Amino acid sequence: MRHSSDQRKSPSHDRLYAPIDTAPTATAAEEDGITATMTHDGENEAPKHRTHADSEQSTATITPQKDDATTLEGHEQRPPLPPRTSLLGDRPTTPLSPRKRPAFQSKPTTAVSSVDIQTLSFPDGSRGTFPTPGSRSVSDAGHGISGGTSTPSSRKVSQNGSEFDDSTSLMSYTPTLRANGDLASLLDEGLNSQSPAWKLLSSQADNVNPFETIDYEDNALLNFDHEFDEVEAVDSKGGNEEQVLLQWKGKLKHYLILSSAGKPIYSRHGDQNLINGYIGIIQTIISFFQDGKDPLMGFTAGDTRFVVAIEGPLYFVAISKLRESDSQLRAQLEALYMQILSTLTLPTLTQLFTNRPNTDLRRPLEGTETLLSSLADSFTKGSPSALLSALECLKIRKSQRHAINNTLLKARTEKLLYGLVVAGGRLVSVIRPKRHSLHPSDLSLIFNMLFEAGSVKAGGGENWIPVCLPGFNKTGYLYMYVSFINAHDGEESSSDQRPSTAGSSPEDEIAILLISTDKESFYELKQMRDDVVAQLERNGSMDIIKTAVRQGRPSTADIVPGTQLRHFLYKSRANVQFMMPSFSPDFSSLLARRKLMSLYHNLHASTHAKHSHVKVLHCVARDSISLVWTTPLFEFYCVAGPNASRAGLAQGANKVIQWVKREEERVFIIGGAVF
Amino acid sequence: MAARGPAGSRVGNSRFAQFKLVLLGESAVGKSSIVLRFVKDQFDSYRESTIGAAFLTQTISLDENTTVKFEIWDTAGQERYKSLAPMYYRNANCAVVVYDITQASSLDKAKQWVKELQRQANENIIIALAGNKLDLVTEQPDKRAIQTADAEAYAREAGLLFFETSAKTAENVRELFTSIAKKLPLDQAGPRNPRSGGRGGVELRPDTQGTQAGGPCSC
Repeated sequence: MRHSSDQRKSPSHDRLYAPIDTAPTATAAEEDGITATMTHDGENEAPKHRTHADSEQSTATITPQKDDATTLEGHEQRPPLPPRTSLLGDRPTTPLSPRKRPAFQSKPTTAVSSVDIQTLSFPDGSRGTFPTPGSRSVSDAGHGISGGTSTPSSRKVSQNGSEFDDSTSLMSYTPTLRANGDLASLLDEGLNSQSPAWKLLSSQADNVNPFETIDYEDNALLNFDHEFDEVEAVDSKGGNEEQVLLQWKGKLKHYLILSSAGKPIYSRHGDQNLINGYIGIIQTIISFFQDGKDPLMGFTAGDTRFVVAIEGPLYFVAISKLRESDSQLRAQLEALYMQILSTLTLPTLTQLFTNRPNTDLRRPLEGTETLLSSLADSFTKGSPSALLSALECLKIRKSQRHAINNTLLKARTEKLLYGLVVAGGRLVSVIRPKRHSLHPSDLSLIFNMLFEAGSVKAGGGENWIPVCLPGFNKTGYLYMYVSFINAHDGEESSSDQRPSTAGSSPEDEIAILLISTDKESFYELKQMRDDVVAQLERNGSMDIIKTAVRQGRPSTADIVPGTQLRHFLYKSRANVQFMMPSFSPDFSSLLARRKLMSLYHNLHASTHAKHSHVKVLHCVARDSISLVWTTPLFEFYCVAGPNASRAGLAQGANKVIQWVKREEERVFIIGGAVF
Repeated sequence: MAARGPAGSRVGNSRFAQFKLVLLGESAVGKSSIVLRFVKDQFDSYRESTIGAAFLTQTISLDENTTVKFEIWDTAGQERYKSLAPMYYRNANCAVVVYDITQASSLDKAKQWVKELQRQANENIIIALAGNKLDLVTEQPDKRAIQTADAEAYAREAGLLFFETSAKTAENVRELFTSIAKKLPLDQAGPRNPRSGGRGGVELRPDTQGTQAGGPCSC
């Protein structure tokens, strides 16, 4: 039920997605249990997803032959890895031996099963064989995640899954039921060997967008529309208790923060009366393991994953049905902890609990619940920035950014530590002292405060905010001057004439942030801000920023016209920055965006699992196809509709990467301005 | 934060003066709402807590010839920001101490603030006591926790201006600031800030040197 480390499950991530560098036929005995577990889980939950490990070769050459083969060569030059078990049927005829079944599996009898060989006919007349365990699938269907796993599961490999069993015969006769890319590429070297009729059929459906098809088996996100609704308060008579509890339990994601003494500090959903009992339970469970010097890291109940993080006197718990990996959830908890430090500083926090272990931290934190909640909500919606631990920049020309940097540098006052111009959470310009860099996690906290939580912006005017940036120095406060400029205003909004922010989205807000170590430097920084804004107006930079903000992010089609890609993330590792196109048109709704982000989370988890050496990963699901590609320089994730061809996906990926290379100095801040 | 006394100028018959005002009081009594009503004539029932402090300005005309500009520090009411308060009330010409007429404890907190101001702030500081959320008791009189007479008696005793206000309905908000402005020593207004004498409030003066005052800093 628990693991003392992540290692137990993580090695199997790579296998889930049929990594290219897996030695397909080797078996490593000590990993058997793990491998088998994953197989088992995959069947249970996500029979519809499959990858292409069966055809090692075709997976390895994602780039179609006609494309220049340079793009993916990186991974081919890697040294051979030690032998590992492949999760997928290594060879059609290799039976999955009983000893591969996990010891803690819930249904041992069904697990031990022989493998049937099924033959498939393809439209072009070719045939293929697959190992499928005969008896298991049906009896196992309907189970949630079995204990011990927390891997993103919606896209797990399951060539042995029940659905496969049930539908193979159908498929062989009516190929149109499936996406063409799916089966064809499973065995075919390329797509060129398809019959003309097949091509004709597939071309008609080429434009299906990711997640467009109704996903009737995946009801995990059924309640997502209500995820951000407030849970009603239990009324005094308790008449609605049951209903409230139902609402509370219906939430896909919970965050609980409590003190080691069991005092509630924060809960995303539900009022104190509702959660108190659960806080008590979780405190008991965590404390039990604390005593044993073997701290609880996480556990699973049904399809819900609980991840625990302990930071000094504080316990953080993430409860998720969104199938994120443990390390992803842990990073989210870390961000919540950083938010608390940002309010209190570490010495204050420690002192509070040293003096009185029973401290109720809600009072010292009063007023910052909204910051915690907006962090929690952005994780629940899915935040590319949080996932990649990277920042996004506003795309402007290099010379334009240079001009803005210089304006800031020129107007710099003595007390200034950091100076930033930020537009809708995207960095426009930063100036910093030579010896200090800015930590991305600190900036995320600031951006969350300014652009996600409305408290600062709604006040209008200028703000002077004491804030601890834990990445910079977790023991003390810095003082931050903030003023907003609306991108839709004809003129800059000084404190006198700032219009209501009601009509504009946070994306349209431009903020000038000036950070100092001196709490008395407000007027000095205010003067600097006035100088900076006046100068930016004069040299035309302000108009450039406003125009760029109003334009928003380009769509994928703007970047690569005619591409089959629908969305992508590109993270520049060296710059700790990422770039992405707009979520619209395909992912404008909250639900579509969450599905997209879930997919990215899964891809990310597979390539970032401990001991994972996956560099390129191609994932095919019923509702989308996707690709991850990591190199020392970048991480690239992209998605296309289920009927897009793999060649199209790879081609799109190449084009985007070429585009980013070309535009690198526009989409990223490289170097930055120092003084 | 350099010394910033009352500032003002006289052009022909018209007077212009600028004053620093600070709002203090327990959290959630409605300080920001009062400011929002005064500055933008807006109200937002689901306001999030102020983080740190907000700096706003608003100009009012007392009569045809007299214009008063308030530089307002809207502070956060939470305990953890308490140590920063002196920075905001130092050199303030006036203060509004706010309590919530439906919360008895908030008046106690207000009294503490008044005491602190009278001990630590400018000697001549003008303090106004504002009992906010008047709209709540208009609807439901039994919600009132602090009687007007009690608060008024205290205010008289301590030498404070006193108003019961509603940021929601705007009742008495403008009156509060106007009566503060009337009590301020308009005629002694000297140069606002020796360092940046020509700047700030530029747009309000007829004979200003133009909006380009804020050129690049010399440093």
